[in-house]
Amino acid sequence: MSPMSPMSEQTRTVAVVTAGLSQPSSTRLLADQLAAATARQLPAGTEVVTIELRDLAHDIVNNLLTGFPAPALRQAIEQVTGADAVIAVTPLYSGSYNGLFKSFFDVLDHDSLTGKPVLIAATGGTARHSLALEHAIRPLFSYLRAVTVPTAVFAATDDWGTASRTEAAAGSELTARIERAGGELAALVTQRLTQRVTQRPPATAADPYASFTPFDQLLRAR
Amino acid sequence: MQFGVFTVGDVTTDPTTGRAPTEHERIKAMVAIGRKAEEVGLDVFATGEHHNPPFVPSSPTTMLGYLAAQTSRLILSTATTLITTSDPVKIAEDFAMLQHLADGRVDLMLGRGNTGPVYPWFGQDIRKGIELAIENYHLLHRLWREDVVDWEGQFRTPLQGFTSTPRPLDGVPPFVWHGSIRSPEIAEQAAYYGDGFFANHIFWPTDHFQRLISFYRERYAHYGHGTPEQAIVGLGGQVFMRKNSQDAVREFRPYFDNAPVYGHGPSLEEFTAQTPLTVGSPQEVIDKTLTFREHFGDYQRQLFLMDHAGLPLSTVLEQLDLLGEVVPVLRQELDAKRPADVPDGPTHESLVAASLADAELEAAAR
Repeated sequence: MSPMSPMSEQTRTVAVVTAGLSQPSSTRLLADQLAAATARQLPAGTEVVTIELRDLAHDIVNNLLTGFPAPALRQAIEQVTGADAVIAVTPLYSGSYNGLFKSFFDVLDHDSLTGKPVLIAATGGTARHSLALEHAIRPLFSYLRAVTVPTAVFAATDDWGTASRTEAAAGSELTARIERAGGELAALVTQRLTQRVTQRPPATAADPYASFTPFDQLLRAR
Repeated sequence: MQFGVFTVGDVTTDPTTGRAPTEHERIKAMVAIGRKAEEVGLDVFATGEHHNPPFVPSSPTTMLGYLAAQTSRLILSTATTLITTSDPVKIAEDFAMLQHLADGRVDLMLGRGNTGPVYPWFGQDIRKGIELAIENYHLLHRLWREDVVDWEGQFRTPLQGFTSTPRPLDGVPPFVWHGSIRSPEIAEQAAYYGDGFFANHIFWPTDHFQRLISFYRERYAHYGHGTPEQAIVGLGGQVFMRKNSQDAVREFRPYFDNAPVYGHGPSLEEFTAQTPLTVGSPQEVIDKTLTFREHFGDYQRQLFLMDHAGLPLSTVLEQLDLLGEVVPVLRQELDAKRPADVPDGPTHESLVAASLADAELEAAAR
């Protein structure tokens, strides 16, 4: 493993996971806006990589069946687990994340997002569904021991624009929430990098070969 | 270099006919495959051990004993013997008995088993799988090497002054392979004892197993059994051949598409690109198999899975005829490439010779 570069030389990467199924998709639109808001509030040069799960749908199911990712999915997994922050956006289906979104996180090693700053967001028909973010999506990332930012962003159909003047304010409110959530994620990334550089080695996936138990200890432990 | 076949012993419906063999037919088919393996010049036949349908081989030493009587050259082995849920005392006895009946043509591959419910059926807990594998093998290792054993462990009743009978043939225990697809602990265990390590890499991409095998090789050297290159490695393989590549693909596709483990998942083309599976001409099988050495180093045993996914016995026997043509080419290539100081696959004769050499060295030292 190469020694850590100083913070100033380190490029931040933000991985965006979007599980929208239609094309174009409002979920992707929300994801793009969240990524832009986050990048704006991080130093210049921040890299954003966007992963459309729709393009990986077959690979994800195959991974569930075979236990290993095909090359394209493997690259996506490495981009997500190796990023400084993750923005995870799903359309709501039957009161929760869609199956594709869940299946992607199911094929990750369950400790690969530990401590990772994550911004969660969702799209749905009406604001009635917005608490699915708190009841379904945040617990998923709590299980994965990721660090979710306090603001979760929900966008309903009318957030994208409405014929009614009285509801027109909704759009600007969404913009404000996106900005706030992006700021929270950016702050977490910066803070995390600062801590890393000053105190901790970079987060890496657990390496079973680097931390193996010698046999005499295995034998004694029985 | 040793070549052979390993069988899971699954009863699977032939997707092209809708017919599944009976258990009796499948068991008889397995021994027919074993006989055929010897006939076409292979070195090893290995059977799985399972205690749940749709698998038939619950009693490997019974099957291997029967095959011992019907063959004269073939090494009879397992893939794998469940070291977690079987009493190591019974494993010691069963395989020593088999070793005598087969005049030494016996070794075995230990594995943990991955079916959760099987553990409680035998009074164990899958969450203790690694600990069981370690303790049980430690006892098995002693039972074959010490005439009288006192033993106390966590998982079985203590033994006082116990002698496992019969004693191993010529005082030399059967060679042991440890099979694993993901556990560094098992590679570490194999390295510690100087035993073989078998990586059944047929369902997963190569790089995962490269790490596992190089870890085993390094630890084998660490424990003083030789250089990393001298460690004893076995690999799986999975092939379907016809003289004409397109015919192989056409015939095998329905079996692939409906196979246990990977059926209804990736396409045949994706899976062959990403794993050791080869579906094609004998030459394609030769080319792909030769890449294993490039990835994992010189190795001692190559086992092929030939009889799964509902393939009828007649087809499997044809496949073995083709394998019999492929193996001499592989054997020549791999034996020629293997450096002189890297050992060949272990046999009873080679172990007896090594044990005599050790005894002479000890005598000379005194």
